[in-house]
Amino acid sequence: MSAVTVFGLCAAAAVGLGLYGLIANPQPLRKIIAFNLLGSGVFLMFGIVGRRGAAAGFGNDPVPQALVITGVVVAFSATALAIALLLRLFQIAGSTTLNSRAAASARSDPSGH
Amino acid sequence: MNIATVFEIALAAVVLGLAIWTIAVPDTYSATVGFIAYGLLVALIWVRLDAVDVALTEAAIGGGLGGVLLLGAAARLRDTEAMTTEGPSLIVRLSAAILSASIAAALAVTILLLPDPAPTLAPAVVANAGATGMTNPVTNVLMAFRGMDTMLEKVVLLLAIVGVWSLASDQAWGGRPGPRHQADPNGVLAFLARLLPPAGIVVGIYILWTGADHPGGAFQGGAVLASMWLLVIMAGLVDTPPVRSRWLRLILVAGPGLFLAVGLGGLCFGSAFLAYPVAFAKPLILSIEVAMLLTIATTLGLLLAGAPERSAER
Repeated sequence: MSAVTVFGLCAAAAVGLGLYGLIANPQPLRKIIAFNLLGSGVFLMFGIVGRRGAAAGFGNDPVPQALVITGVVVAFSATALAIALLLRLFQIAGSTTLNSRAAASARSDPSGH
Repeated sequence: MNIATVFEIALAAVVLGLAIWTIAVPDTYSATVGFIAYGLLVALIWVRLDAVDVALTEAAIGGGLGGVLLLGAAARLRDTEAMTTEGPSLIVRLSAAILSASIAAALAVTILLLPDPAPTLAPAVVANAGATGMTNPVTNVLMAFRGMDTMLEKVVLLLAIVGVWSLASDQAWGGRPGPRHQADPNGVLAFLARLLPPAGIVVGIYILWTGADHPGGAFQGGAVLASMWLLVIMAGLVDTPPVRSRWLRLILVAGPGLFLAVGLGGLCFGSAFLAYPVAFAKPLILSIEVAMLLTIATTLGLLLAGAPERSAER
């Protein structure tokens, strides 16, 4: 079993786990973490494809590597924006629930929770 | 089975275990810590895949700045955790599990059935390396062959910071992001915040400079500089700058602005948008990278600091 296969299966599992966490976890911060896990798995797949394309004296195809570096930066800025939105929601609504009924009852109860 | 394969399987198993921990553990703070450890170990996987440039980026983001961001949010949202324990119904979770498992299985089958020989662009990168005067293939791709992606990525950073700032309340608009940090002036944190930045700044600039020929580059160097800045802010030695400050905004647009100007120059005097004249390719790329280093360090630091919360006077 080569490194490509081992890490490739690991990347596939990370994508699956991230997707499950994104759907099944009710807390927004956990959804953000799960989405990052999913993204990390996708980036690793790029690395696998690049590793298989090793040629011309490079151990890894430089083009997918450059795309992954760009992707990591974009994922980080999207995460920072998502967390800023979440903190602002918490500041205004006093809770971070995505359930619209629970959010409405939290707002109508002025004593908080 | 040699020792390297054993190491790889062990590494993959630990990474997978941390991924499961991150998703399954009930406490958000533990999940965050698990994700940071996951990010650091994924950087090791990138080293094993012979992609050191990506490993540096992943370590700086997955284990470093991303970890600070998530830990900060988890600490501030800790009180809300008790209120949101009600998860989706069993049917939803079961269907999510089936969907995720089938997608993971499909990806795994794809990994096992990838075409052989694999397609590669490495020979094309080698053939054109002489055009830029740099020998790090990844920097060549980032700054020259796929320069458009890198320029747009800087625009995305800029848009993200505009988005974060626009979440400020009306009173705090134009003010300073984040809380004012206080630390014991004789404590360990304040000591490290005085000791580390001189070395950290040199390391950050070195990573940028060596990126022309060895693994490194503007983003990795910028991440190191941003972490030094954040360390000084968290130790309470300096405050975050008010976001209405003109020099701050100038630094934020310097990187993408210079990149765009050089790109338009290529359109006017060269053959295409972002086409560097061969004689000046390396000086042009280096000056873009220096401007980008400043922009990236400032943007990353401000993204972590968050939306403005205090008026500039206080």
